[in-house]
Amino acid sequence: MSDIKKPTKKSFLYDAGTRSIIFQILLLALVVFVCYYLFSNLQANLDNRGISTGFSFLNQPAGFPILIHLISYTEADTYGRAFLVALINTFVISILGIFFATIIGVVMGLARLSKNWLVARLATVYIETLRNIPLLLQIFFWYFAVLAALPSPKQSYEFADFFLNKRGIYSPNPISQDGFGIVIMGFILSIFAAIALIVWAKKRQTRTGLWFPAYWSALGTIVVITFIAFAVAGFPLEFDLPVKSRFNVTGGMVLPPEFVAVLIALSTYTASFIAEIVRAGILSVSWGQTEAARSLGLSDNITQRLVVLPQALRVMIPPLTSQYLNLAKNSSLGAAVAYPELVAVVMGTTLNQTGQAIETIGLCMLVYGTLSLTISLFMNWYNKKMSLIER
Amino acid sequence: MKSNVCKLFAMAAVTAAISTAAAAGTLDDVKAKGFVQCGVSQGVPGFSNADDKGNWTGIDVDACRAVAAAIFNDPQKVKFTPLSAKERFTALQSGEIDILSRNTTWTYTRDVALGLDFTATNFYDGQGFIVHKELGVKSALDLDGATVCTEQGTTTELNMADFFRKHKMSYVPVIVQKADEAVAAYASGRCDVFTTDKSGLAAWRTKMKNPKDNIILPETISKEPLGPVVRHGDNQWKDLVTWVMFVQVNAEEMGISSKNVAQIKADSKDPSVRRLLGAEGDMGKDLGLSADWAYNVIAKVGNYGEEFDRNVGKDSPLDLPRGLNNLWNNGGIMYAPPVR
Repeated sequence: MSDIKKPTKKSFLYDAGTRSIIFQILLLALVVFVCYYLFSNLQANLDNRGISTGFSFLNQPAGFPILIHLISYTEADTYGRAFLVALINTFVISILGIFFATIIGVVMGLARLSKNWLVARLATVYIETLRNIPLLLQIFFWYFAVLAALPSPKQSYEFADFFLNKRGIYSPNPISQDGFGIVIMGFILSIFAAIALIVWAKKRQTRTGLWFPAYWSALGTIVVITFIAFAVAGFPLEFDLPVKSRFNVTGGMVLPPEFVAVLIALSTYTASFIAEIVRAGILSVSWGQTEAARSLGLSDNITQRLVVLPQALRVMIPPLTSQYLNLAKNSSLGAAVAYPELVAVVMGTTLNQTGQAIETIGLCMLVYGTLSLTISLFMNWYNKKMSLIER
Repeated sequence: MKSNVCKLFAMAAVTAAISTAAAAGTLDDVKAKGFVQCGVSQGVPGFSNADDKGNWTGIDVDACRAVAAAIFNDPQKVKFTPLSAKERFTALQSGEIDILSRNTTWTYTRDVALGLDFTATNFYDGQGFIVHKELGVKSALDLDGATVCTEQGTTTELNMADFFRKHKMSYVPVIVQKADEAVAAYASGRCDVFTTDKSGLAAWRTKMKNPKDNIILPETISKEPLGPVVRHGDNQWKDLVTWVMFVQVNAEEMGISSKNVAQIKADSKDPSVRRLLGAEGDMGKDLGLSADWAYNVIAKVGNYGEEFDRNVGKDSPLDLPRGLNNLWNNGGIMYAPPVR
């Protein structure tokens, strides 16, 4: 055994650490070179063909109209403003889609587990049908088959000041008058009061073990205080009523069929996946947990809410994140039915009128990247919060 | 890791290949591959439309066939790429197609900033409106408050906005990705009005369920000179596409058609006619074509008048009047420089 020498200092080149660093540097240099090559190649080709580049077009007047805009927008506004309008439209449809998909998904997931034969079968049919039909087809179905079958504006369904026809759902548009600030103040105040109430109820429960219906009373507090503020200010709200005109119903607030079709299709489609995630999550909680809860004398409702669901959530959150990300990205299919979201406005009209293909597509990629990463970050935070705390 | 590095090299090689291909002359490329790649619409009757067997017809299709006839003496050596309005310029810029012949309006921005060159105008058009007859609209100025459908990514979208703004009228814009979906939305009653170039309106009207229930309003709200487009910077190819069109117009002016061209070539003593048909001198050399290229274009595709009548004029379902598209000495503005 005396033959074995202590490991002497190896030659510099044979040192594993040094070598790996050298390889890393070489690889990095290669990546930088390839990127540089691609970029300069692009630049040279664009110059050769006389295609102007840069983002200065964002300050030019756009000149085209947009059907749905939540911030003020006219044809005289800039491409930058049009981009912002489209961005908001994408956000709105994604957030509302996630909201409704979650509700429908949870309900359907629970229904599929129901002991009631009919309810369970109906949920199965819902899930299996919607999950297996391409989303674009579903959007077309809602837009061209369902909503286009509604009556024309002249034969609208009318209910009080509401109208329903193939051009949309029209409702009175509330317009705030002088003194509406008081109502907003009252609302903010009521939220603080509600939070205080919940905190107090929690503390009391820890101290005395007595339970208090904190959430319901908090909701009541908000409604009552806001209403009192509303009355004190003298009901400062007027309504812009929709009326029938020569071609359309004008005035009021309108939900165009493009928006409705995309929202219904996105939320029902994604809900069918969420339902399966919910079912899997609940089934993953061992039956022993339910039995234990029952033997403690907890009601079915409390067992579900406080024992099963919190444990199921841990399994559900990661796949749920993927579904939310899918929904946000699928919102780009709205372009097919004239819903003016990012792809339609920026990669469609703006690209075509300005010819700035690389800039506009780059902008869209940046937005979808940011949107997805934000959802991902939020869900990861929520996942961490809900995960099992190991002691 | 290794495979990733390989991929990067492959990518770099491919990009390099693409860039060199685009730098070479388009005519040499076309001759080498043996056909002209022509970008057309996804179906506008009279302009570019495929039948159930996949045969393309239309005035824009004939523009490409005429170029193929000039190069190969065979109007069938064309491959067609159907493009939506918003895809068309990128397809041309990236070299996917050689000619864009897709009822495309010649405008300042497109010519100057998009890296494109417009050749010659093969159809003078203008934007109009089509409405459901039961609305009882007689003029475009009655359209205050109407819902308007149109295709995305066209000059139409901007002209429409300008028109309503100019006349201080309100409207609801429904801007659809593809022309046929825009027409479907109009037909379903989502819109009161559909707007595009008037020739397009006439074409779409023939495709509607009850053409007579839809009327085209008299107003023309814009100038729309339509014609084939090529990439900026390849002058030889641009000259070729331009002069194929000019030769067809000149042929109509001289009374040369596909029916009598062979006889005229044999009999004519007129030096300008003999020059045009390649019986005298060599008009093709500088374009990189054979001496009788113009003869081939006229014999295989016909003169401009024949092309017009066959596709959009009196011999077609569209039955459009010649109007502005008549020859300059016949009350129109079709005027081609002389072949000298």
